[in-house]
Amino acid sequence: MLDLTDHTPLVRTEGLTRTFGAFTAVDGVDLEIAAGEVFALLGPNGAGKTTTIKMLITLLPPSAGRATVGGYDVVRQASAVRRLLGYVPQALSADGMLNGYENLLVFARLYDVPWREQRARVEQALAFMGLQDAAGRLVRTYSGGMVRRLEIAQALIHYPRILFLDEPTIGLDPVARRAVWEHLARLRREFGATLFLTTHYMEEAEHLATRVAVMSQGQIVALGTPAALKAQVPGGAATMEDVFVYFTGDTLESGGSYRETRALRRTARRLG
Amino acid sequence: MKPALFAAPPAASADPGAARPAPAPAGPLAAPIAFVVKTGAITAMEIRKLQHDPFDLVTRAVQPVLWLTVFGQVFGRLRALPAGLGPYLDFLAPGVLAQSVIYIAIFQGIAVIWERDQGTLQKFLVSPTPRAALVLGKGLAAGVRGTTQAVTIFVLALIMGVNVRWDPLALLGILGLVLLGGNFFATLSLVIAALVRSRERVQGMGQLITMPLFFASNALYPIALMPGWVAVLAHCNPLSYMVDGLRTLMVVSGTSTLGLPLDFGVLLLANAAIVALAAYLYPNVVR
Repeated sequence: MLDLTDHTPLVRTEGLTRTFGAFTAVDGVDLEIAAGEVFALLGPNGAGKTTTIKMLITLLPPSAGRATVGGYDVVRQASAVRRLLGYVPQALSADGMLNGYENLLVFARLYDVPWREQRARVEQALAFMGLQDAAGRLVRTYSGGMVRRLEIAQALIHYPRILFLDEPTIGLDPVARRAVWEHLARLRREFGATLFLTTHYMEEAEHLATRVAVMSQGQIVALGTPAALKAQVPGGAATMEDVFVYFTGDTLESGGSYRETRALRRTARRLG
Repeated sequence: MKPALFAAPPAASADPGAARPAPAPAGPLAAPIAFVVKTGAITAMEIRKLQHDPFDLVTRAVQPVLWLTVFGQVFGRLRALPAGLGPYLDFLAPGVLAQSVIYIAIFQGIAVIWERDQGTLQKFLVSPTPRAALVLGKGLAAGVRGTTQAVTIFVLALIMGVNVRWDPLALLGILGLVLLGGNFFATLSLVIAALVRSRERVQGMGQLITMPLFFASNALYPIALMPGWVAVLAHCNPLSYMVDGLRTLMVVSGTSTLGLPLDFGVLLLANAAIVALAAYLYPNVVR
């Protein structure tokens, strides 16, 4: 069977731009992401990472340019795009007032999982993320790492083609962070998952990503494999941290908006 | 079929057993059925939350109970009501019932802002769910919360000697009015949330409109006693139609001044309009 779709990028953006009043949050971003990639968008707070994700997952219409996911336009074919993707937001978004099972069941229903399959799917996703024993407990009793894994399970309930994760390990302690990384790596190994993540942890990008884009002030300033990016730094870069500083300039000057910082701190506090 | 959590990349999906995203259901009835199922999923989720933590319902019941026991008893002695309307407590009970439903619905917008800050709302908006189903599911859940209040008020009214009608059809009508009223005011709060987009302002707006809504209605006194301009406002207020319907169906002495068909008609129209508006504005909350 001739299959041309293999060569079509799963995500493609052309001149993707978003402005808020006079402020340009995302400024002419061109990206192509193939199936099977783990793509990391790296940048300081306020660089436009979250805004980029919001446009790709149909939450925010672009001001200019266009984007497709799975060949569907994110504005004109939003509902087709929504069926293809799973999304794990930055903040802790599982509902603390529901138990783990209920948190997944509602999404199984919203994603048109057939009635008879719902239970099996929920249990499968919980088992994969190592949460079957906690399924009956209210989520507000979960640790931060468990909530994060539950959210990844929520995003997998409809067998997505691509998973978008916005700062997946923000505020997690090192042990919980490793657990999340291992689950994401297993998703890729066992199912050939395509992941699109934003992060400002160099270690995370280096550990997970097959390709990294460094974002600064709304623009992609560098793009390549972690090794290729390191090689671009004059005199050689020992770590991704050097790459980051080299491409984004003085990170102290680009501290991110008040609201964003506040949201990040709140997330970190709830996870702590 | 091999267990799979991820849709296989396109190259491998020629294999019929490969996992893929659930397709959009097909057929002429698919869209309406999906709408009902998804609205139900949202409402069921909200009811589960209520079952896990019903404390909120208890605290919310205090205020209407005070209106009925203190305000109702004292004002009943003033005998300011025109003749033919029956005892004041009988007149007031449906008004307090409506008020308790509104109080529990009007701050729904705060919960939505909270969900936005948590990222929960974003996940619902990213799912292939019609916005109107998200809005209606939440509104109906507010109606269900209102129903628990209504039961409290109903039982209290019974204990206090209000001449309550016992007619299954009338009770069903009361349930319908409570759901319509709860959905309308919860969705109104959601519209406010989409416009002002901060928790404090939703709270402020909720407090700002609750009292005028209540006073410019027939909940505490008949429209006939109002000055002309208040009477005009009361006729534009969906709460008046809810109270009029409740009064007709709940108490023996209750007589409708507006007519039951008009009560239900106005409420149905108002609900359709507010749900459509909220569905249109809902994505604004996360932008």
